[in-house]
Formats: sequence, structure tokens, C-alpha cells
Amino acid sequence: MSVWRFAPLGEAAWMARCELPDLALANRFAHALARALEASPAFEVLLGLRSVTVRFDPLSIEPESALVALQRICDQLEPAPEVVGHVHRVPVRYGGEAGPDLESAAQALGLTPAQLIALHTSQPWRVLMLGFAPGFAYLGPLPAVLHLPRRATPRPRVPAGSVAIAGGLTGIYPSELPGGWHLIGRTELTLFDAHREPPTWLQPGDAVLFVAL
Amino acid sequence: MLRVLEGGALATVQDRGRRGYQRFGVPQSGAVDAVAHAIANRLVGNPPEAASIEITWGGAVFEVLEPCVFAVTGADLGARLAGATVPLWTSVYARVGQRLAFLQRVRGGRAYLALAGGVDVPVVLGSRSTYLPGQFGGVEGRALRPGDYVRVAAPPRDLARWAARRWASPPTYTNVLRVLLCGDWDRAALAQPRQVGASSNRIGLRLEGVPLRAPTQSVDSFGVFPGVIQLPPDGQPIVLLADAQPTGGYPVLGVVIQADLHLAAQLLPGDTVWLMPVTRDEALDALREQRAWLASPIEEDDAFLSLAHVRA
Repeated sequence: MSVWRFAPLGEAAWMARCELPDLALANRFAHALARALEASPAFEVLLGLRSVTVRFDPLSIEPESALVALQRICDQLEPAPEVVGHVHRVPVRYGGEAGPDLESAAQALGLTPAQLIALHTSQPWRVLMLGFAPGFAYLGPLPAVLHLPRRATPRPRVPAGSVAIAGGLTGIYPSELPGGWHLIGRTELTLFDAHREPPTWLQPGDAVLFVAL
Repeated sequence: MLRVLEGGALATVQDRGRRGYQRFGVPQSGAVDAVAHAIANRLVGNPPEAASIEITWGGAVFEVLEPCVFAVTGADLGARLAGATVPLWTSVYARVGQRLAFLQRVRGGRAYLALAGGVDVPVVLGSRSTYLPGQFGGVEGRALRPGDYVRVAAPPRDLARWAARRWASPPTYTNVLRVLLCGDWDRAALAQPRQVGASSNRIGLRLEGVPLRAPTQSVDSFGVFPGVIQLPPDGQPIVLLADAQPTGGYPVLGVVIQADLHLAAQLLPGDTVWLMPVTRDEALDALREQRAWLASPIEEDDAFLSLAHVRA
């Protein structure tokens, strides 16, 4: 039985989505598929949390042929290793001006701020994907005890370096951006530099261990 | 070389965009209307990877500091060279001291100004395209402004040879975008006209009208690209354009067919637009037709050409 579901995105793309309920495992399958497709010049690959969007030229390869090729690759996939890259230590100043939502987030979770920090720093989180903005890494998945919906009202400006949680994930804002996640701390690290190759400090498949300052 | 006298509403350096950096969260960027940009490059003899200037709405004014050959394609923004109407979809020889002005929007929304030899700005992450939100690419990651210089990367030695070349069959810009739907939607609501919202930009067209009922369940973020139509909870669709982020979490209403993406590029706030569902076969036929049209030869106007030589 296949764990993959395929949906067309127009005439020039397919989305392959891993249907396994466990996000961590589904994400490792998505990484494996992205890696398997990277070598193919006919496909442009966009990694999602539990999916891969595959773009192609429908006049060079018919959509149905692209789908068959994709299905064949998916059928033979093993999940990518849990962590294939570096484990980065990220020092974070939690709470106060650096993390204005620490107290409200802890309260909503039924935790003390200290407990929230202890849980957030308790283990490395996997870089599931980068998206939303250059260098924004989606980290996780977080345990259920740290699951919070997004803030009802997004902030128009979240400062660069803000460490945040929402939707069972944690992330670091690489630059000043609008954002709806709960801000619990801040790091001084530079996550994105367009003039470096690669431009991001974190790569999909790396892991991040937050360290409280 | 040109000097920017006025930047107008928005003028940025763009090329075909960035490929292969989406995994770092970097948008594709590049010319929103890739078709008009590509033809502008062809008219002046540039390779496909050359950069041009994308001019939105109008208001941009340039002073010619060195003889050059340029072509304006895409929108009719009332281009004038030394006061005379510039023929669109045609390469033109410009002399030192002449002013090239884009007066106002007549038809379409984005014009492409290509210079023989290509626009010279540093390559950032594999492209010369300006990405305004990230403040990188193009001229210091920003729009052109008075006092900027637009340098030519590799001016051709036989400059005048590239003048007076014409694209015989310019596209007709319509307000109908053909769409391949993703899933079942209320066709009656979908058939209603929509207005391009004021906050629309290079990232996306925000379409305002009869709200479509958006599915309530959230979607795990997945890879998206220009042409994808997102449906946020307010039921007002967003057509993603060149600067769209490479992932999104909103449900997808559908995707603008490849052949019509350049039409979406020519729409600006206040315009009315219709989304028209089509089949995949229709999308592929339209793309085949567009590719054949793009491969058609450039016309060389001999009378015009000799005049260009005299001027050179």
C-alpha cells in the first residue's frame, strides 16, 4: 500500500504528499523523495513539510508520464536518516523584551515559563524545510505539550532572530518579517546571507539544539 | 549606459529569475512577464539570461549617456524617445542626450526595457533579479531611483545592426486568466468578475470579489510557484507571481495555465479579472501554440535599418 498521494498543480506540476500520520517520518520520506529527484534535470523540486512539489515542462514530458516516473521513485523510497547534517547549537535569550510571548504561551500550555524553556531546549529539532522567507527554517516536530495555534492577530513586524513556536513547530525569523507565531526568545545569529553560498546557515536535514543564555 | 532621471512607480532590474534556491526559502523572482522579457532580449540580440528593466505603471525617465539599442515590450506605458512615440516590440537606436520616458499606463501593466548587451548588475544567487522584500539582487536590492546608472554588460560591437528589428505579432492582453482547478469549487461564484486589490504586487495578485468558500482544514506547508492561486480563509484568491515565497500553507483553488501567466503579469490594482476553468488538454494546446509563437522569427525592417546605420 502506497503512503503517497499525488495531486496535479496545473499542467506543469505534481504534488506528492506522504500520508503517514507521523509528521517526523513523513518529512523524512519527503526529504528522501526530494533527494532522489534532485539528480533529474527534467524536474524542479520544492520541498514541503510532508510533500514534494515537482515542476516540469509538460511539452518535454507528458504530465501522465511524469506521474508514472514519480510513482515509480516513490514506491522504492526509504525514509531519509533522522539527522543527516550538522547539529547546530543556537544560543537564545528567552523571555522579556526578546521573547514577549513567553509568559502568555506558557500559560496557554499550562506550563511555567521555566518549564517551557526546559522543554524547548530539551532535544535537537530537525530542520524539516525552509520556506516562508529566505532562510526561515521550520523546526520540529514539537511534542504535543508544546502545541499552540498561531496568534489570533499576526504582528506586522517580528524582529530578526526571534525564536517562535506555533502549530507544533518552532522556527527562527531570519529577518524582520510579519508573523503570527508566539515569540519566546531571540538569537543573535545570522541565518541568511544572500552573498554566501549556500545562503543559509541551516540546511534541510540539519538539526538545531537551542541553548538558554 | 543610461542615467535614471526618474524611477517612476516601480522600475527594477530583472532576468529569468533564480532557480535552485527555493530549498533555502528564496523566491524565484525575475520578470513577472517572462514572455515580454524574453522577446525584448531577442529583439536586441541578447542571450536569454540577460537582464532587462521591468517598469510598472510608468513614470520612469532615462537619459541616454552612450549610444545604445533598446527595445520596449509588454505594457504600453506611453514610451517616448526625445518626445517621439517609441514603437513597441521593436528595437530602436538611441543617441547620446536623448531622453527615454514612460509617461503613463495606456495598456497592460509592466513594460520591459532591454538594452543590447544586457543590463549589468552583480549576480546574486545565480541571478541579476531584484528581490525587493529581501533587499538583494538588481541595484542594491532596491528599485531604480534618480541618479542611478544603468550599465550595459557586454555592448555589441556592431550596435546598429540590432536596431529596427520587429516582433510581428505582439500579444493581446486580456483580463481572462484560464485556470486548471484543484478540486471542486462553486462554479457560479468562480464565474464572477474580480478586482485586482490595492495590495497586489510582484508577490501576488489579490483578487477581490464574491468570496469563495475556503476549506477550513489547514494544510501543511508545501511547495508553490508563480501561477498557483491560493485561497486564504477570507475566500479572496491570491494569484502568486514571481516574488512569491516558495512554500505556502493555504489551500489551492487552482493554477493559472502556463500560457496565461504573462497575462496575469499585466494586471494592476483596479483592473477587473475573470478566472476561466479549462481542461488540461486546453492548457497544453495553449502552451504549444505559445511556444510556436515564441519561436517565430524576428522581422528586420530594411528601410528602417539603413536609417539606423546612418544615425550610427
